[in-house]
Amino acid sequence: MSIYFIYQDHDRCIGCYACEVHCKTKNELPVGPRLCKIIETEIKIVGGLPRQRFVFMPCFHCEEPWCVKACPTGAMQKRSKDGIVFVEQSLCVGCKSCITACPWGVPQWNPETGKVVKCDYCKDRVDQGLNPACVTKCTTKALKFVSAQEASRLKREKFVKDTYGSLY
Amino acid sequence: MKTSVFSVCGMCSARCPIRVEVHDGRVTWIEGNPYVPGMEGSLCARGSAGVALLYDFERLQYPMIRTGPRGSGQFKRVSWDEAFNYIAESVKKAQAQYGNKTVALLDRGAGLFGEMQRLIVRGLGSPNYFNHDDLCRKNVDLAYQSLLGYARPEVGYDWANTRHIVLYGRNAFEALGVREANNIMKALENGANLTYIDVRVSKTATKATKYLQIRPGTDYALNLALIHVILKESLFDRDFVDRFIIGLPELENFIKPYTPEWAEKQTGIPEYEIISLARQLSTDKPRVILYPGWFAARYMDAFYFAQSVIILNALLGSIEQKGGLILAKTPKEVGAKGLNSLLEKIPAPQEKRVEAEEGKGFLYDGAGHILHLYRAIKKGEPYPVKALFVVRYDPFAGIPHKDIEEILNGLDLLVTIDVNYSTTSWYADVVLPNSTYLERSDILGMQRGAKPAFIMRKQAVKPIYDTKARWEIVKGILAASGAGEYMPYETIEDIWNYQLEGTGVKIEDFDKTGQVALCKDAKMYSRDELKFKTPSGKVEILSTKMAEREVPYFLEPITPAKPNIEEGEFRLVFGRMAVHTHVRTLNNKYLNEIIPENELWINDKIAAQMGIKNGDWVEVSSGDFSGKIKAKVTPFIHPETVFMYRGFENEVPWKTRSYGKGLNEGRLLKGAFDRMAYGSHTGALFENFVKVKKA
Repeated sequence: MSIYFIYQDHDRCIGCYACEVHCKTKNELPVGPRLCKIIETEIKIVGGLPRQRFVFMPCFHCEEPWCVKACPTGAMQKRSKDGIVFVEQSLCVGCKSCITACPWGVPQWNPETGKVVKCDYCKDRVDQGLNPACVTKCTTKALKFVSAQEASRLKREKFVKDTYGSLY
Repeated sequence: MKTSVFSVCGMCSARCPIRVEVHDGRVTWIEGNPYVPGMEGSLCARGSAGVALLYDFERLQYPMIRTGPRGSGQFKRVSWDEAFNYIAESVKKAQAQYGNKTVALLDRGAGLFGEMQRLIVRGLGSPNYFNHDDLCRKNVDLAYQSLLGYARPEVGYDWANTRHIVLYGRNAFEALGVREANNIMKALENGANLTYIDVRVSKTATKATKYLQIRPGTDYALNLALIHVILKESLFDRDFVDRFIIGLPELENFIKPYTPEWAEKQTGIPEYEIISLARQLSTDKPRVILYPGWFAARYMDAFYFAQSVIILNALLGSIEQKGGLILAKTPKEVGAKGLNSLLEKIPAPQEKRVEAEEGKGFLYDGAGHILHLYRAIKKGEPYPVKALFVVRYDPFAGIPHKDIEEILNGLDLLVTIDVNYSTTSWYADVVLPNSTYLERSDILGMQRGAKPAFIMRKQAVKPIYDTKARWEIVKGILAASGAGEYMPYETIEDIWNYQLEGTGVKIEDFDKTGQVALCKDAKMYSRDELKFKTPSGKVEILSTKMAEREVPYFLEPITPAKPNIEEGEFRLVFGRMAVHTHVRTLNNKYLNEIIPENELWINDKIAAQMGIKNGDWVEVSSGDFSGKIKAKVTPFIHPETVFMYRGFENEVPWKTRSYGKGLNEGRLLKGAFDRMAYGSHTGALFENFVKVKKA
């Protein structure tokens, strides 16, 4: 795993798709590749109320990424300092092995460059101490860029709050 | 080189404050203004996609004059001077024949920077300024003006501190303003109630603490019953009512027959839910917000509906109250001086606006009635309107072709000023391309509220194509028409300096955060200080304004007609999504990629009877128009209704990404532009039935 994690507060997320566009504009991508995705669940009645979830899907930056293993040129790499998985564009030959290897459909084909692009948590921003574009500009601040431990703490807190109404 | 400017977004009309980063002359990053509470960097999808608009090849690039028949798409590129001179000559010719008032200007809305385009009509000596509000917020505007004496933009909402929000089809998380959404979110996190009333489950409904599915067209009936319960059970704020409300006995008398039991039959909402909502609101008062809507031009009774919402707020004492409705303060009220008006330098026209010659029986306000304008163009009554300017608005994108044809036949000159290649531009005689909001500076705007502020939209990069800022276009038109003295400014700084004269604020003061607040703390009036802007200073249920115009104080509710569902007939309802702004953004490459077309929501039980499955193509028709669209079969919509997201099916072939995709609801609104709602003469766009069948 990467030392970072994007935590999504489902109650705050309104399914506005801004994260996808923030990502695309930041990375100046053409039509086609999407480095993160919003997946809408069907509306269901829960406790007498209509409810719908919007699931935010960036790259998970796996512990042992299959895309890295599948890459024949060494373009797909995992940074040792923080575990971010990224494509070194100068080494990518566009063979699409990583696209086939990833079970989540994360690596994307960029038709303009003929190479693969993927979510790298906006590592240039991260290196400057900033959050990824999707997190910085999230319309309702539903996304948080945190450590994996922090994410699991947030999840626990949320569970307690939802179940018991308050933290204490 | 890297620079950063504070500006104002222009992708929709919420006009969020933004910060723009430019690297070597290229916009690389737009974010919400980090200094503004509720923004703090946040931006919606459209806001970020502003970059794609800026660098889009498929937008207006240079001035054009039509060479082929209207609607043929045949234009020639001309210089700005040629375009200005052509306009000046055509206007002169029309005015020589029909008088000065034959010129009209149709605007999206006044808004923060809207004073600029008003200079055109006034400079040309005509009173005929119109905006699209007839088909949008005018009912709410008139309701506020008649009851409180305030205009709609002068009333704000303290979402963040409220205990109970009631939204009637106001889809706050899809028809999205970033600050508003975040403040509502904050209230929800603090345990506020959100009662959402709509014919379908929108994304806002999926966040609500209570969702009530209502029969279309019966929101007014629901409110009458709520008022009934509140009065009968004395659930109101006695202090506020005693001090401020005029006309309570008359209201009590009017409301008697409209019991929750009666309303259940009208609305389909159970009696106990109505009673329980009234009681809940009373418990949460005065920190409640019953929102009269933004897009309230829906039904024939929409003006009286909007009034009933405001009356409910007044009964619950939520006006000028923390967590309730907040009245905007003028600069004077907070001890400051407002911006100087550019209009002041031009003498006001002596002649009357089109609808002012219509007689009494309906209300009007600062901007004209667009439906009256359409009628004047079509019929030449009360006088002919022959030259029409359209600014940042696409009226022809939302009306049936037959209406477009009739309007075009009545016009000698149609000029559009717009960033996009709009449907209206497609039919125009002269098309003047406006620079995008990232390429231009606008006049200073005044942001109203408890803490009024001046706000600046500032150019981030130079125009990429042969486009101009709006002030330059207005200047060009006036100069060519011999009215150049009304626009004597050479640069935007000249205009800003004139606007700021005597205010004590300097241009540099905007550098820090893009806006300048006129007072330190938000100003609120206590009940002892509170005085409304009506003639009596009170909340006038027996409105002076209505009496003057001979508009009845109350409207008996009318049960809406039921479509013949067995024959495949439905009421057509439409709304907005967070990814697109009406018809403006459909061709934006990033936004189009996410949502390229719309679907028709149809109730699952009815669809099953009709043999329609999810994803099937269906044919929707009304009068002489029919179109195809994919069906979205869902239990979460009222059986009498079909719903679609609005604005799709762009008709301009130059816009290749969106051309012909989806279905445009406007084409199905047969007769809607001749129908004028009770009391307000605004549009009643949801009073239309369509036929649906499997394609």
